[in-house]
Formats: sequence, C-alpha cells, structure tokens
Amino acid sequence: MTETPTKLIINCETGERQIVELTAEEIAERELMQLQAIADQEQREADQAAKEAAKASAVSKLTALGLDADEIAALVG
Amino acid sequence: MQVIQHQELASAQASITFSSIPQTFTDLLIVFSGRSDRANSFDNIRVMPNGASTGVSSRILFGSGSAASSFTEAYVSGYTAANSATSSTFGNSSIYIPNYAGSTQKSFSIDSVGENNATSSAQAITAGLWTGTDPITSIVLDQGDGSNWLQYTSATLYGILKGSDGIVTVS
Repeated sequence: MTETPTKLIINCETGERQIVELTAEEIAERELMQLQAIADQEQREADQAAKEAAKASAVSKLTALGLDADEIAALVG
Repeated sequence: MQVIQHQELASAQASITFSSIPQTFTDLLIVFSGRSDRANSFDNIRVMPNGASTGVSSRILFGSGSAASSFTEAYVSGYTAANSATSSTFGNSSIYIPNYAGSTQKSFSIDSVGENNATSSAQAITAGLWTGTDPITSIVLDQGDGSNWLQYTSATLYGILKGSDGIVTVS
C-alpha cells in the first residue's frame, strides 16, 4: 500500500510544525500536474528539435548559396 | 536580517509552507537548498504567495547547461536539483520578496541553480509577479508538477527591516 503524501506547515508565529496528509483533492491535483509536466517536457523537447532542424536547414541553404563557414557563423551563431 | 523560521526536512514532503508570517518586516528572503524526487536533473521551485496559483507569472532567463533561453511561466518559479542529478547534490536558490506586507502587487526575484555534475543542469534568474494586493501571510514552496521535496531539503525564511530613513537595512 502506498503511503499518503504529506506536506509540512510551519507556523512562523508559534514555531509549531505540522505534517499533514494531503487530501484526496490535493492528490488528484498532483496527478494532473504530473501528467501536465510530462506533456510540457515532451513539448519542449519537440520545440527544441524543430528549432535545431530549422537551423540545420538554414545552414545547408546558406552553404548552397556560397557562404563559407565563418560567414554562416556570423549570421546564425 | 533575522531568521524567522528554518526547516530541514526529516522526511520527504510534497510542500513546505511558512504560515502566519509576521507583518513587521520590510522584505522577505528565502534561502532554499533542495532536491526533488522527480526523474530529471532539475525541477521547479514553485512559489505560491498566500497559496495563490492564479495571478502569478514569471519571466525567466534560463541556462540548461547546453543552451540559453528566456520564457514565461504561469507561476513564480526557480529551479533546483532533482533525482537524476548527481547523487546527494542539492540545488540552491535565493527568493527575495520586497514589500511583502504592502497592499500593492508583489514582485519576486529568484536566483537559482540546480547543481549537477553533468552537462544538463539549470541556472536561472527569475522576475516574478503576483497581481494579488493582499499582504503575504503565507508562502508555499512546491514543484508544480506533483513531485516531493526529499529529506535534507531545507528552507530558511528571513525578515529584512529597513531603517527609519527608509533606505538602509538595519536588521
């Protein structure tokens, strides 16, 4: 059986520390956040791959136009 | 600068909340050393003033270890180490909150690093905003992705007080 996740609450006035089990709603929200985080990560990786592919394509086209490596580096870094 | 509260986790926790924050200081500073259980080299530190998850945003200048970027997040976010980072390493962050007890929108400045003995690691400078105008009486620190802070993660909340001239820091 998986333990119920907990959160720590520190009362700054009294110094009291409370460890509180998450509610069913909070656990459901965390599960949604985990799914969203995975989707966001996949999207970021796809965006990065598309950006790198576009850059490679641009370099290829610039080379075909006759620019040398230094000239291309000056343009695209 | 005075320590209001300090906590080092004895066991993994989903979040750390500082509640009933005294309203007697001018600014707040949180110094955070953390590691989450997310299967990644780094994770977010989501800062929720008064538990707010709406009306918050941040602009982030981010280095991943191989590329630099800047982007906007729909929450106030720093970065720290996660569970794929070098074993036993913890990220470091400072979260500065000026005029937290005022009745205007609140800004956040975060300087954070993930720490990882590998190429992939996060370093970020964050400018955050909460459009709420209530005084900040509590701050929740979680990851925004359902992870947990691992044992030995620590957070220290400091209060900073200006002098009577309104300029110098006196404590």
